[in-house]
Amino acid sequence: MVTLIENLINGLSMGSIYAIIAIGYTMVYGIAKMLNFAHGDIIMVGSYAAFILISTMGLPVPAGILASVVICLCLGILIEKIAYKPLRNAGSPLAVLITAIGVSYFLQNGAMLVFGSNTKSFTSVIPAQIQTLQIGPFQVKGIAVVSILTSLVLVGILQVFINRTRPGQAMLACSQDRAAASLMGISVNNTITLTFAIGSAMAAIAGVLMCSYSPALTPTTGAMPGIKAFTAAVFGGIGSIPGAMVGGLVLGIIEQLSKYYISQQVSDAIVFGVLIVILLVKPTGLFGKVIQEKV
Amino acid sequence: MAMLQVTDLKVNYGVIPALKGISFEVGEGEVIALIGANGAGKTTTLHTLTGLIQAASGKIEFEGKDITRVPAHKIVTMGMAHVPEGRHVFPDMTVYQNLMLGAFTRRDRAEIDANLEMVYSHFPRLKEREKQVAGTLSGGEQQMLAMGRALMSNPKIILMDEPSMGLSPIYVNEIFDIIGKVSSEGVTVLLVEQNAKKALTIADRAYVLETGTISTSGRAADLLHDDAIRKAYLGE
Repeated sequence: MVTLIENLINGLSMGSIYAIIAIGYTMVYGIAKMLNFAHGDIIMVGSYAAFILISTMGLPVPAGILASVVICLCLGILIEKIAYKPLRNAGSPLAVLITAIGVSYFLQNGAMLVFGSNTKSFTSVIPAQIQTLQIGPFQVKGIAVVSILTSLVLVGILQVFINRTRPGQAMLACSQDRAAASLMGISVNNTITLTFAIGSAMAAIAGVLMCSYSPALTPTTGAMPGIKAFTAAVFGGIGSIPGAMVGGLVLGIIEQLSKYYISQQVSDAIVFGVLIVILLVKPTGLFGKVIQEKV
Repeated sequence: MAMLQVTDLKVNYGVIPALKGISFEVGEGEVIALIGANGAGKTTTLHTLTGLIQAASGKIEFEGKDITRVPAHKIVTMGMAHVPEGRHVFPDMTVYQNLMLGAFTRRDRAEIDANLEMVYSHFPRLKEREKQVAGTLSGGEQQMLAMGRALMSNPKIILMDEPSMGLSPIYVNEIFDIIGKVSSEGVTVLLVEQNAKKALTIADRAYVLETGTISTSGRAADLLHDDAIRKAYLGE
């Protein structure tokens, strides 16, 4: 029983990291109507930035995280302006999808060029005295608690931002009807840029948390979590923020349980297998809406 | 100088011309009807006026300013509101949130509240359904919401695209009553309608669009009694 609960907590914490990434994915999809396959690689850039600033240059941890958030935020805006915006009115949505894959490779290979392909060992941002915590009978990693709390705080802030502020309402409006939003005086372009900025900033935080969990940092560090978070977003119903949150958490738990109880090697296969089954039963995902196409 | 002056406006969809050089004007306080068959270019005209579609050539002037190349999101602050065809309310937001988005570009809270009261007095049903999600409203209620939302920007001119489309006769009458009221409060109205009879009854002047060109124009009362118009558009 104790092991099961410890596993659930670990799964939940990994899941909250997936959730933070998945929310970025789903927001960009909801508003820009595109799948940003480079989202995972922004995590990697954020991790390298935090690694260099904190481990190599010796910046204090909060300052290093903040700087890495700012770097990713700017990178997100830059990618959107240079790579995606010129294609916004291209006839085929495939054009921007393929570009996103290109950006992903560009970032991975760029990182390989700058940082080399050898694995860097990321120093956890969690202070040594709370690396492991004893909560009652349970032994929990400090990073697990920090991840869960961080994701809760981020989602809370995001909810308030979207429902209570003007830019947030503009984002909601754009996600529901772009043409009508522009008739309200909302700049769709600026709103999309803002969405990329927020998603990328969250990716940076996810990167720092993830590398504090498992310290091996390489140029492809972001690829697998990116794909998993994308799956979590689809599972929750792409475009839905609560869906991405729940999808991420469920995915993390399934992954952890199958790692522990079934097999370390095939856990990824199990995760994706379960998701395929769920999507077969409910193709729009948990919180997804059925889109009626007019004939 | 008319409030809205359109000169030799041409719009293409790819290689297909949608508007082949139309000119018309709307004076301050007028109700102008733009009538015509399906595919004549009525909606295209409105979309080009508010910047949703780019003109190929020609000129649109609003209160003396050239707005031909002004992007859609900057038009509303100039005092031009557009009620799009098919209503286009924000389906997952409440009636209240929809109305507040209509006032997106405005900052003065007191003025916005006064405007909201005005909209609610025109559309008491919207007040009743204030907290309801817009996607669950009936077609007529959504049309009222779309009109109310446009009025929340406190426009000088309001462009309405097929406000009666798909509505029951009772709602059609109600919508046209409100268009009359809005006009009597000093808002200029440019109305696109397939229901030509209703449109001509309420309008001061009208333009008839036929496959991208204006074929006839004149006082609405005269067009209502014009034999050719009666045959072509009034089904008589």
